[in-house]
Amino acid sequence: MTDLTTRKTIAAITQARLTFGQRVAAQDTATTLNFALDHARAREAVTSDIDVAELSTALDAVNLPHYRVQSAATHRDEFVRRPDLGRQLPADQIAGLAQDPAPDVGLVLGDGLSAVAVTLNGVAFMAALAPMLTQSGLTVSPVILAQQARVALGDGIARAMGAQTVVMVLGERPGLSAADGLGVYITQNPSEQTPDSARHCLSNVREQGLPITEAARQTAALIQTMRQLGCSGVEMNQRRAALKAPDDPSPA
Amino acid sequence: MKLRADIGGQRFAWPSLKVLLAHATPHRSGDALAGLAASGPVERIAAQYCLADLPLQAFLDDVLEVDGDDVTELIFAQHDAVAFAPVSHLTVGGLRGWLLDPAVTGDTLHAIRFGLTPEMVAAVSKIMRNQDLIAVAAKIEVITRFRNTIGLRGHVSTRNQPNHPSDDSRGIALSAIDGLLMGTGDAVIGVNPATDTVPDYIRICEVLEVIRTQLNIPTQHCLLGHVSTALAAMEQNAPVDLVFQSVAGSQKANAGFGVTLPMLEEAHQAVRGLGRAPEGSNLMYFETGQGAALSAEAHHGMDQQTIETRAYAVARQYNPLLVNTVVGFIGPEYLADGKEIIRAGLEDHFCGKLLGLPMGVDVCYTNHSYADQDDMDLLLTVLCAAGVSFVITVPGADDIMLNYQSLSYQDAGFIRNTLQRPPAPEFAKWMEDMGVGTADVQLPQIEQVLGQLRLPAA
Repeated sequence: MTDLTTRKTIAAITQARLTFGQRVAAQDTATTLNFALDHARAREAVTSDIDVAELSTALDAVNLPHYRVQSAATHRDEFVRRPDLGRQLPADQIAGLAQDPAPDVGLVLGDGLSAVAVTLNGVAFMAALAPMLTQSGLTVSPVILAQQARVALGDGIARAMGAQTVVMVLGERPGLSAADGLGVYITQNPSEQTPDSARHCLSNVREQGLPITEAARQTAALIQTMRQLGCSGVEMNQRRAALKAPDDPSPA
Repeated sequence: MKLRADIGGQRFAWPSLKVLLAHATPHRSGDALAGLAASGPVERIAAQYCLADLPLQAFLDDVLEVDGDDVTELIFAQHDAVAFAPVSHLTVGGLRGWLLDPAVTGDTLHAIRFGLTPEMVAAVSKIMRNQDLIAVAAKIEVITRFRNTIGLRGHVSTRNQPNHPSDDSRGIALSAIDGLLMGTGDAVIGVNPATDTVPDYIRICEVLEVIRTQLNIPTQHCLLGHVSTALAAMEQNAPVDLVFQSVAGSQKANAGFGVTLPMLEEAHQAVRGLGRAPEGSNLMYFETGQGAALSAEAHHGMDQQTIETRAYAVARQYNPLLVNTVVGFIGPEYLADGKEIIRAGLEDHFCGKLLGLPMGVDVCYTNHSYADQDDMDLLLTVLCAAGVSFVITVPGADDIMLNYQSLSYQDAGFIRNTLQRPPAPEFAKWMEDMGVGTADVQLPQIEQVLGQLRLPAA
């Protein structure tokens, strides 16, 4: 059994902000300020805009073409308060997205709720995923840099490009201890009203969570299955389970 | 019935009671998002004038256009005409005055709880200031019992919430014990599981059972998994103290949680059948929150505070030990900032208590809300003034599984010492026996306690 008597051992088990030292009623000054700093960092991640020029340069450096769109939300404050606007693709953004021929997979990198996560991890994820898809014979769209973007914005983008599969990568709502997590949402045959249950999702994609290369590998594998079965999310899981059932007693 | 008000030569009119209620509601972002809010501050007050003159009887004649909904049916089935009699002649404004009348005691309010419908209670809350919500709630004493007594006047209990992102047994135990050593957990030691499988449910129940029995704590524990998982775990004889479920104010919203009223009844029977608590104990735990129905697109055009209050009809059907609104968890698109979160917390607490519930609050916010720990300090303080049954506490105010901020274990000391609200008497005695919460006693160190516990395998 693990020795549970040292703080180092405890820290390996949980990141919870446990009380060490004196158990007094008020938190000490250092603890209070550390908390305030973590909250300030999280707020900064939420309220900051992504640096489009910096992301463009980074995408150029890994030879990924890219294109920029913005949702119907015009600024961060409106984006935070009006998630419905963050899901809408304005009509004037649609024409520029058309692709000929249509790609198999639409790649979208959106800001979501953490510009920090996109800046730190977004390009690396796309650079890992795109070659995995092309090596398996799929065509991919340019990376669509989407500002003020919620998950469902990717559906409209994919439809405008004619892509049957869409990968929407965006910054997750920051926690107090980490603001750099990406969420990856993968949807087959996105529609105007895709229910959340029809998406696959990988969360906490960051070096200390689900590492970027591993997340890209899982995404590529999911896309193969989705395209074979023609669906994603709960329906895909059910069909896959049904296919396995006759000769495979293990759970899906 | 004509729903209109004339203000300074301008006529305002509303097409239905449902629209009137929505337009009379103090501003919050969720109603604006749903397109249900008043057009502006003057129209909002005009709607409040109109609402104040409305007879309570109007709420028994109008089902707010939610026909064929089992929560609506439950609300009408619960309504007790005899209990309603003392207030049946009043308008909404008249009810406000009656509630605030010093001659109307907590016992009187308790006696009429099934005479009031959720919609009546929501309506009167809309024309009450924060101070009114505190003053009336403070009169009411809702007492529930399991291994201790929760809700006694002058006492505030805490939930110890030792969540862990991968449900690690030792991680959960470390946080739980840290909280116990800070004097939290008399309402419940309650874990939100990251996974919702039956084996994990049973394992975590066993971890909490080991802590409770080996430290001989007069409290109860709960795993906040889905009610169907709890049912399956109970079939396998898991040590389940309380059955938990999130509930909402419409059948469709409950369906979004994967729950029906018959499932809740079945779970209530099953946990009673375990015989772990004295006869007559309260055995259920529910969570609610403004915005839940709208986010499930199951609000039926009702404002988020009215449909939230309808969830309390569901909760009170099963005599729960604990109910809490998770007030700031849902995000700024529903409750934008500290002001809206504080107001909503007081509304939910008032409405729940007036309907007879042992009402607690998760005083909390997310990192994309316009709120911080200062707002939580204020909400905690006013809720203690209002006689809240319990609040939720987590290590360092940071829930590392659900990624939001609540109160800290240290805040339980603020509740005891500054706000003068001790925990449940049985738990207070346990703390005294253990030396917990006192400065002059050498407390056991967390590392020692954990080393001594015989935890089930991870």
